Amino acid sequence: MELTRRDATAALAALGGAGGVAWAISREDGDPGPSEPPEADLPDDEQVRETLAAVAAVVYPKELSGVEAFVGTFVDSRLAEEPHATGIRRAVATLDRRGQRWHGGRVTELSAETREQLLREVGADTAEEDPDGTDAERVRYYVVNELLLALYSSPTGGELVGIENPQGHPGGIGSYQQGPP
Amino acid sequence: MTGDGTATGTDRDRLPVADAEVCVVGAGPAGALVADRLAGAHEVVMLDAGPRFDPGDRIERQERAIRPAYDRPDVWDVGGDRDAHAASGERFYPLNHARVKGVGGSTLHWQGMVMRLHEDDFRSGTARGVGPDWPLAYGDLRPYYAAAEQELGVAGAADNPFGPPRETAHPMPAFPPSYSDSLFAEACDELGIAMHSVPNARNSESYDGRSECVGYGTCQPVCPSGAKYDATVHVERAEKQGATVIDRAQVQHLDHGPDRIEAATYATPQGEYRQQADAFVLACGGVETPRLLLLSDSGEYPDGLANSSGRVGTYFFDHLFAGVGGVLDEPTRQNHVGFLTSESHQFYDEADPDTAPFKLEFFNYAGPSPVEMALSGNEWGDSLLDSLRSAYGNQVAVGALVEQLPREDSYVGLDPDQTDSHGNPVPDVHWTVGDRALATIERANEIQREILETLGAEITWTVGPEDTGPAYHHMGTTRMGTDPEESVVDPQLRTHDVANLSIASSSVFVTAGSMNPTLTIAALALKCADHVTERL
Repeated sequence: MELTRRDATAALAALGGAGGVAWAISREDGDPGPSEPPEADLPDDEQVRETLAAVAAVVYPKELSGVEAFVGTFVDSRLAEEPHATGIRRAVATLDRRGQRWHGGRVTELSAETREQLLREVGADTAEEDPDGTDAERVRYYVVNELLLALYSSPTGGELVGIENPQGHPGGIGSYQQGPP
Repeated sequence: MTGDGTATGTDRDRLPVADAEVCVVGAGPAGALVADRLAGAHEVVMLDAGPRFDPGDRIERQERAIRPAYDRPDVWDVGGDRDAHAASGERFYPLNHARVKGVGGSTLHWQGMVMRLHEDDFRSGTARGVGPDWPLAYGDLRPYYAAAEQELGVAGAADNPFGPPRETAHPMPAFPPSYSDSLFAEACDELGIAMHSVPNARNSESYDGRSECVGYGTCQPVCPSGAKYDATVHVERAEKQGATVIDRAQVQHLDHGPDRIEAATYATPQGEYRQQADAFVLACGGVETPRLLLLSDSGEYPDGLANSSGRVGTYFFDHLFAGVGGVLDEPTRQNHVGFLTSESHQFYDEADPDTAPFKLEFFNYAGPSPVEMALSGNEWGDSLLDSLRSAYGNQVAVGALVEQLPREDSYVGLDPDQTDSHGNPVPDVHWTVGDRALATIERANEIQREILETLGAEITWTVGPEDTGPAYHHMGTTRMGTDPEESVVDPQLRTHDVANLSIASSSVFVTAGSMNPTLTIAALALKCADHVTERL
């Protein structure tokens, strides 16, 4: 099943840029946490896009195609809004730093197998998402769940599971009345 | 997180309005409707403790509703010292899950179900042999119900054989039944249970300049499209007629003489002010309305303003939830929308001293929402997809709302040990549930199980008397009545004690019935506005 530009647009329509509301990122207003890099060392837009696409290759189902374009479109919009964008950059930086330290390369330089291993070593598989939390909780929030949220609130992500109008997607009031396709 | 910093207009002054004729405290549905009715002919000012939310933020608030990092109160910035509360009753009452403070009030997060109370709800003592009668009959409120349906914009149909008589059609057609409703219909037919449509304050077609429902599926707690009615509609309409809305203006107390309110003293980020007016209308819901009266005690009213009866705060009641859910071996198409399309009032008017009125609700959102489940699991990739496919798609559930009778040991008081951000004692919701309600939950569970078993479902969960919870409908704490020794307001919604103080709120309800209360709140607010107009 192919993710399309329409899916990315739909995900953004459902989720927006995440910038309008003052999100609970108290640390963003003060000093970065002990394991976070200084502002100047944060990854640029292209690095973030590539990193999230590389993570998506792990956390998205294998049957999906069009992942890179989908993630790029979605991430571009999310990076346009602060403070969410800084949260994403910091989480990506954390993940890259761990990748370099433990596996000798940034996320995009690692094999899919090692990328998944890295995510698990960070603890992003079992952590509960928290934008203010530990490294594991921030990676879960800004990287893993960012991607899962985009996918499963999109029409194609919904159809994978069997729901054409997933929560968060304004897909109209026709499908709830219809029987199984 | 609190409301600070998320509202628009934070840099405006919040000075009182000169020569105000009416001061409305609370910008939820009741206050908004009163203000809208009065604003064209009178100088009206509204004070609300919370912020004016930016409508452009609703998509982001929806994301909060979906993401597990945020609890329900976070969606609309409820919590913190401003909203501290206590719950000393036998059952914990999650007050901050049950309300929104700000312009629009709790309609910002409500479900949007709007039924009229049944005729016997107004005469519980006479017709059911238990509880008090209202000092109003259904017929007294009937024209206001019709007006309220027009104001809110209700999508409904005249297909409820158990409902009270109607004079006009709903302003919009009902939402068509869901696919899962059609599955329930077969079982209910076999059992002789009649299903009918749900009246929704949600646009089934474009109405009043607002969009038709586009199916975001997060109705409760946020509708990004504005298709679900919320009270900002009438607040904005009141403003267009000249009303002034002051947000982040928490009324601290009502300054009064023996029989008149002189001013509302309110605290804002800019300082404390006094709003004078000829008439005051309290519209702060079933918890903050009695709290403000209790906080406004004085030499004349040592037990709280307008409380010579001693009833301010007593008789707090809510609706109780009962539910049974299960799974079928076929798709049931849940979670496409966040609202209900079918219910049954068949058992409602069988109520008697031992059994409360209750209604059945057929869920369209049973079981997990795939996107929410995806964000909280311990898997990803193909493994996650397998789990989502396994968990989603074949759930069914039937809910019920059950009436709770008014009891003296269920009340809203002031907590002597805890204060809010302004140093005022916080509300203590001392919630107690009686045996009649608990027995009725068991009765509802029996019917729910029967329906699911007839449907062929494997039952997987039950919410019964042991683990029931509130429906977040706060009622009863400034009861309406004709006897000043037994009630707080008269049938015109004016307090017995204070001539220029009226209350438009679910707090005036005498009994609960088991219908979602907002349409009755709206009808009473319109009635209240008429009486205030007559007296100005």
